[in-house]
Amino acid sequence: MAGWTLESPIANATPEGADRAERVSPARETWRRFCRHRLAVASAIILLLMLVAVAFGPLLWRVPINDIDFGAHLEGPSWGHPLGTDDLGQDLLTRMLYGGRISLSVGLAAMLVAIFAGTGIGAIAGMSAGSIDAGLMWLTDLFLSLPQLPLLLLVIYLFREPLKQLVGPELGVFILIVAVIGGFRWMPVARLVRAQFLSLREKEFVEAARALGMGNLRLVVRHILPNCLGPVIVAGTIDIAAAIIAESTLSFLGLGFPPDIPTWGRILFDAKDYLDIAPHWALFPGAAIFLAVLAINFVGDGLRDALDPRT
Amino acid sequence: MSRYLLRRLLIAVPSLLGISVVLFTVLALAPGDPFGDLATNPNVPPEVAAALRTKFGLDDPIALRYLHWLTAMLHGDWGFSFVSHVNVDTLILQRLPVTLLVIGGSQILALLIALPVGVYSAVRAHSVLDHVANLLAFIGFSLPTFFTGLLFILLFSIYLDWLPFVFRADIAATGWTWYWEQFKQSIMPVAVLALFQAASWTRYVRSGVLEVIRLDYVTTARAKGLPERVVVIKHIARNALIPVVTLVALQMPALFSGAIVTEQIFRIPGIGSLLISAILANDTPVIMAVTFVFACLVILFNLVADILYGWLDPRIAYR
Repeated sequence: MAGWTLESPIANATPEGADRAERVSPARETWRRFCRHRLAVASAIILLLMLVAVAFGPLLWRVPINDIDFGAHLEGPSWGHPLGTDDLGQDLLTRMLYGGRISLSVGLAAMLVAIFAGTGIGAIAGMSAGSIDAGLMWLTDLFLSLPQLPLLLLVIYLFREPLKQLVGPELGVFILIVAVIGGFRWMPVARLVRAQFLSLREKEFVEAARALGMGNLRLVVRHILPNCLGPVIVAGTIDIAAAIIAESTLSFLGLGFPPDIPTWGRILFDAKDYLDIAPHWALFPGAAIFLAVLAINFVGDGLRDALDPRT
Repeated sequence: MSRYLLRRLLIAVPSLLGISVVLFTVLALAPGDPFGDLATNPNVPPEVAAALRTKFGLDDPIALRYLHWLTAMLHGDWGFSFVSHVNVDTLILQRLPVTLLVIGGSQILALLIALPVGVYSAVRAHSVLDHVANLLAFIGFSLPTFFTGLLFILLFSIYLDWLPFVFRADIAATGWTWYWEQFKQSIMPVAVLALFQAASWTRYVRSGVLEVIRLDYVTTARAKGLPERVVVIKHIARNALIPVVTLVALQMPALFSGAIVTEQIFRIPGIGSLLISAILANDTPVIMAVTFVFACLVILFNLVADILYGWLDPRIAYR
């Protein structure tokens, strides 16, 4: 059973398996399986490069994001401006690097929100049978059938101004978008976790732990949760991609971050009216979103192959 | 059959109520109210503002307000737009056909792509074509609809100049020319949505076919000497597609998100662009009503999928 748990504390801490010579740690095994998926490895490298570029790029390419230069407006790529400029002559490379920070961190943060909410709700539903389980699952199904984008737009429309005044424009919108995107993506995780819990809690090792007098909370945290981590990790990876798309969509509709904060979607929104004279302006941020999402999806696919023992 | 239908309908009612509760709670929790301007407007005496508030029941307890709102919605009294002063329901009825046309067209096109490709790549699993189809599917659902739309405009409208990139509701032509113009301007929006849908459906169809293809009855069909074409089309595909129906219904919310974006890019006068313009203009009644209509459409399509499922698969039907 512990053969496919990823870094399960029990599996790594116990030395008694060490006498079997061929034993490989679950993390190593997962890594080996992951490496077999060549597209996933390539995607992981691309993703890592993007993260490094976004994190350290602004330290090397020191052009301010709001450096307006009308002499160089709507210019194509050149040595001075590797990705060209926009209608105000602002350098697109710095704006892309800065926007990538926001787009990627929104994706990661929204994924964390979704995973924590989903795991919590799924765990509660899976451990408590009966009316609580039924109620939570009804809620999950209800959320699954909500039209997400219209509701996202509605919530942002209603809560943007007050949050802006409360914690400042940038952080306010960030918190709002992360909470809302995460709040609409926990359902698949909750279903996964509940299904896993339902089967795991009847297994012998859980029964044994319970017979030894282990409390419910400890049982869940030490024994059941580590065993359903695999599918959750896969779902989480896919969620990052979905959150990046959701944030870009909001920004593309002009309802995400304010205009002075250039996320990839926002740059695309500004660029779409100049498509005929400055196509580079739209192509670079669009390609960045596409590449990030594609790479994340492939990594998720690779992780699915690596973490699922049935394939 | 009618009992099954009735049961499904009865299950849909609580979902609709739940959605209306969610919508209303979001609105009620939101700071600020529709009469906020009145309170700060010096030309409106405070007693008039207070009278208006009582008249519209803004100071009632929230449960009562919800009931009022719900009965008004059920009576077909959806209020009027703050901006255009037209009744919300007429506004929505004007816009709905275009949206449904684009969505319906894209669904059909997506099926026409996904079915053959999915079945073929499952039957020839791990062939070169299967790998190519898999790669294309990944690219398809990693391309956000707004970027595909812009790429299409760039390629087909700007470089090739084949298709118009603005959807016009008032084409000054009659007869066949009208249909031709309508067709030409629908190609890009429909294709953008269809490609996105087809990408994920191809994978569903493929895994559905792979589940079925190992079953004994397929071997029997082959052993009887049936031609491979008949085995695949009549025996495998028909059974493999049953679970796909549910998955397709679950995709509906994502499809509506795509439709909103597409309408915005190509300036299609549907309810998606109505929603965006209402949000930009702070037109609360329209926003609420359009969101509710989207929710109803999702529930409706789920219902249709359930009924289709019961009809396609007699094993589970009419319990």
